[in-house]
Amino acid sequence: MMFSKHKNPWRLLATASALLGVPAAAMADWGLNLTRGVTPYSETVYDLHMLILGVCVVIGVVVFGLIFYSIFAFRKSNGAKPAQWHESTKVEVLWTLVPFLILIGMAVPATHALIMMENTGGSDMTIKVTGYQWKWHYQYVDEGINYFSTLANDSNVARQLDSGVDPKSVPNYLLEVDNHLVVPVGKKIRFLTTAGDVIHAWWVPALGWKRDAIPGYINESWAQIKEPGTYRGQCAELCGKDHGFMPIVVDALSEQDYAAWVAKMKSATQHAEASTAPVAAVAEK
Amino acid sequence: MSQAAAHHEHEHHDHHPSGITRWLTTTNHKDIGSMYLIFSLIMFFIGGAMAMVIRAELFQPGLQFVDPQFFNSMTTMHALVMIFGAVMPAWTGFANWMIPMMIGAPDMALPRLNNWSFWILPFAFTLLLSTVFMPGGGPAGGWTMYPPLVLQTGAAFPFLIFAVHFMGASSIAGAINIIATVFNMRAPGMTLMKLPLFVWTWIITAFLLIASIPVLAGAVTMLLTDKFFGTAFFSAAGGGDPVMFQHIFWFFGHPEVYILILPAFGIVSAIIPTFARKPLFGYSSMVYASAAIAFLSFIVWAHHMFTVGMPLAGELFFMYTTVLIAVPTGVKVFNWVATMWQSSMTFETPMLFAIAFVILFTIGGFSGLMLGVTPVDFQYHDTYFVVAHFHYVLVTGAVYALMAGTYFWLPKWTGHMYDEGLGKLHFWMSTISVNVLFFPQHFLGLAGMPRRIPDYSVQFADFNMISSLGGFVFGLSQLLFVVVIVKCVKGGAKATDQVWDGAHGLEWTLPSPPPYHSFNTPPAPETIEGGMR
Repeated sequence: MMFSKHKNPWRLLATASALLGVPAAAMADWGLNLTRGVTPYSETVYDLHMLILGVCVVIGVVVFGLIFYSIFAFRKSNGAKPAQWHESTKVEVLWTLVPFLILIGMAVPATHALIMMENTGGSDMTIKVTGYQWKWHYQYVDEGINYFSTLANDSNVARQLDSGVDPKSVPNYLLEVDNHLVVPVGKKIRFLTTAGDVIHAWWVPALGWKRDAIPGYINESWAQIKEPGTYRGQCAELCGKDHGFMPIVVDALSEQDYAAWVAKMKSATQHAEASTAPVAAVAEK
Repeated sequence: MSQAAAHHEHEHHDHHPSGITRWLTTTNHKDIGSMYLIFSLIMFFIGGAMAMVIRAELFQPGLQFVDPQFFNSMTTMHALVMIFGAVMPAWTGFANWMIPMMIGAPDMALPRLNNWSFWILPFAFTLLLSTVFMPGGGPAGGWTMYPPLVLQTGAAFPFLIFAVHFMGASSIAGAINIIATVFNMRAPGMTLMKLPLFVWTWIITAFLLIASIPVLAGAVTMLLTDKFFGTAFFSAAGGGDPVMFQHIFWFFGHPEVYILILPAFGIVSAIIPTFARKPLFGYSSMVYASAAIAFLSFIVWAHHMFTVGMPLAGELFFMYTTVLIAVPTGVKVFNWVATMWQSSMTFETPMLFAIAFVILFTIGGFSGLMLGVTPVDFQYHDTYFVVAHFHYVLVTGAVYALMAGTYFWLPKWTGHMYDEGLGKLHFWMSTISVNVLFFPQHFLGLAGMPRRIPDYSVQFADFNMISSLGGFVFGLSQLLFVVVIVKCVKGGAKATDQVWDGAHGLEWTLPSPPPYHSFNTPPAPETIEGGMR
């Protein structure tokens, strides 16, 4: 379970450079920083994150620099004599106003980003996401497609207490499900989140947001994915025993591939309805 | 007049019981302060043991030691024990010991209430800790007790609710006592703007307690009736609202955050000028900044729940008020730095902890600022980034200030100097390991690891292992703290009344250890002036 030998020093180096405030974009591969994501919103969030992080690093370097300078310069063992001044209205007004102005500088782009996120209008399609203990249900509101999505079986076997299975041998351990959520790229997708029992939260970092799934509420959010690919996430609100075991996998397909998938799902659904309908009719009698 | 003479005369007619009865019936602020501090230390180790279980399970991917339900009960109980059992009683313990001595009073204003507010706590925590052995296990829905999940708790549920009620009653009684003491028992000449900052921050804390704890009591009572009496305050199916609980809870919960940290600001504001041999920079701006933080703490609560889906105007309001807290908090940090500027510092253990507090608490403040920005919080929320944030402000913030204060006043309390070498060893072991423990958690959170999960995907394995190793070392290092305290209580070099050459304040005019009743006659106004820095 130890790190591979060649990887460890790099990881330490990356950690050290993060501490020193080296632009973290270069280190995204190391799993140190927020993902840039694949939606216009996630990129906005990433830029905002880097801006605020940068501001914090600069202020931190100045403040901590002053502290460390004081520690070395103003120590009794160096013969430092204490001054007796203990106030200065000018300085105090200055260090109240300057942070205030910096905050305004941060609040402007943050407000724009928030307005962008909350604008769910003009969407091309709607997917209703319902959280249950401990799985997700997806409903394509316009297409009549709906299904559950639960933790993949090999992960489920490996995650049992003392299973004896090495998690590293399981592909996408705890981040794989039986039925992926399939969406088209380039379309503005409106997500409606709700829950059937307790509160859950639907989170795919590459989309740039998470949103709580609350019984009795329907929350709106949106995403417009730029690139085809598979994006993984997890439930982000404590929802009981298996909170850690209800991942989310999104497959973003090109428009043609998506249309083909919809057609396949629809025919399968009709097939299933055709075969179960007589049984249901009998059962009702 | 001589304190020693007053003390001597007093002992002739003051026969207090000995043995266990002394501790059960005591109304003395120092005895009660000591009991609070010992209780808090025990809870610190119980809560710490739970953290060790958490870090052991997270040492590597896969489940090795505990099942997920027990893991969740550990995270829940760890938080409840640390917040309500370790940090809050520790602050009340400091207040009991120090406030009468700092304001020139003989004791607290309401000594019997004082006894009662302490003795509620052992019952509260017996109730709470016993739930771990009940059918269905301890509460596992998180310390925030969000419904509907918390209503799935087993036999532990009513015990959890009543334990919270008891803790709340104890805190409110303690807060009333502190307010009554400070407003009625100050020595003549000790005006409000001459109070030591620890007293100031504690008064503000006490008002926060009185305003916020009843809100918590209301929230958990509604949970109780939802569970057992068929009400539907928080059930959507019955016409109630699960999000309303979160609003009510965090209306308590955010002031609670400042209840945990404001007294820390007071302690650090006492320690830095002492070892810098220079007056505190900006005393009045410190008082105003504390009051501003306390006011703001009541209008920022929804930043804990940005992802519940509030209207845009609500999200903007709570974002603006939240980031605004950076201004008064920044003023405090700048004031401490300005106090160190052109000073003459020495680095005894209390000073080391105080300087580490300023730096590490500020790191927690930076991540707090980042979390306060709503659109980005949609990514950070409920990840390990949040875990890193609140452990930086609570462990290297509140707990570090508690340790700094303990080392600072231990010679006054016991009359002996503590072992400086061991104290410094404790500091360095703690400070290195606590950063190995919590700093990588920022990366884990940014890389996408949710909090409150017992097992994780393999890409998080390396940082979790590093974090756990830091955790084990930090946990073990705290045993040194106990060794230092026990050694100091048992003996050591005799401490002078002044103890630290740069110390100012009324408590340092009393003998070490101080007499049973601190000031039987009020100190002279010149003494109060002399204590002002």
